[in-house]
Amino acid sequence: MKSNSLLSDSKVKFIISAVAIIILVFQLSNCSYQPFSQGETLYEYHCANCHMPDGTGLKSLIPPLANSDWLKEHQEELPCLIRKGIKGPLTVNGKVYDTEMAGIEYLNDVQINNVINYINNAWGNEYGDSNVKVVRKALESCNSQ
Amino acid sequence: MQRLISGIVFILLLIIGILFVIPSGESDNGKLPIFGFKDVDNKGDTIYHKIPDFSFIDQDSNIITNETFAGKAYITDFFFIHCPSICPKVKAQMMRIYDEFENNDQLLMISHSIDTRNDTVPALKAYANKLDVNTEKWRFVTGEHDLIYEMADDYFITALVDEDAPGGFDHSGTLILVDKNRHVRASANGTDPKSVDEFLVKIEKLLNEE
Repeated sequence: MKSNSLLSDSKVKFIISAVAIIILVFQLSNCSYQPFSQGETLYEYHCANCHMPDGTGLKSLIPPLANSDWLKEHQEELPCLIRKGIKGPLTVNGKVYDTEMAGIEYLNDVQINNVINYINNAWGNEYGDSNVKVVRKALESCNSQ
Repeated sequence: MQRLISGIVFILLLIIGILFVIPSGESDNGKLPIFGFKDVDNKGDTIYHKIPDFSFIDQDSNIITNETFAGKAYITDFFFIHCPSICPKVKAQMMRIYDEFENNDQLLMISHSIDTRNDTVPALKAYANKLDVNTEKWRFVTGEHDLIYEMADDYFITALVDEDAPGGFDHSGTLILVDKNRHVRASANGTDPKSVDEFLVKIEKLLNEE
């Protein structure tokens, strides 16, 4: 570098490292805590077509998952419901829904657990955390069907 | 050097020119385009693609023909009730259009079932009830299998029976806007809310044009 350059070597180094630190800090602050991202991906792919990306369902056709008393009160049934589907009427937030839901048989126990954790905690829901042990136990009742 | 600069300027102008020439989805007079191949008749008039005569049965066993939509524009899509894939998402977007134009009697809506075996009149009735819509405004129709699929072609919508597709039917979630002269004037991807945002503007534009 020429001696008459506006910036000396050390100044250049200082500026580069300062910029690097600023970028790093920005990157880290972007990594805000996003729980259940696997569950979210699975939900988007397997569930959102009917239950909608925001969990609101569709009129009297598809029941909501967001702010849903049924979801809150039937936690133990969720693993089998996701794997085997459900048929027949059920009442959600005082409204009767009667649309058959197909099961998603190829989701494994861990994936089912991820989906449950996502819907339990998305859209303002606070229905608690699930774990694979609980899910496996619940699946015992329907795995042989 | 000067040659180089004038060369670069020339190329830039060329690119800008091409960008202007590429149609922006609207015809010259600012109206929505008419979809499909054009033909010219003996007198030299342009003949546009037109929706042919049809006759289907709706959720209340009414016979639905072109006459049902006489003098009105309408939105159409193809779906089936036991659809495990995109249908409810598309229906949610149809619902947005319904809500927006519910009180505008210049626009009607018609959803065709492509599952002519299972989606009987009572099944369509139950479906319409669950969507809680005014079926004078938004009808759900079934009909002869081949005729339904031919109609899809005329609306430029993909619909196929395919046992590999989810639920047994392969179809696109395209929404189509037809004007009162039976011309297809706009389309939207019914699974994409942003595409439907633009579609709503186009519907408004067509209704103002007529």
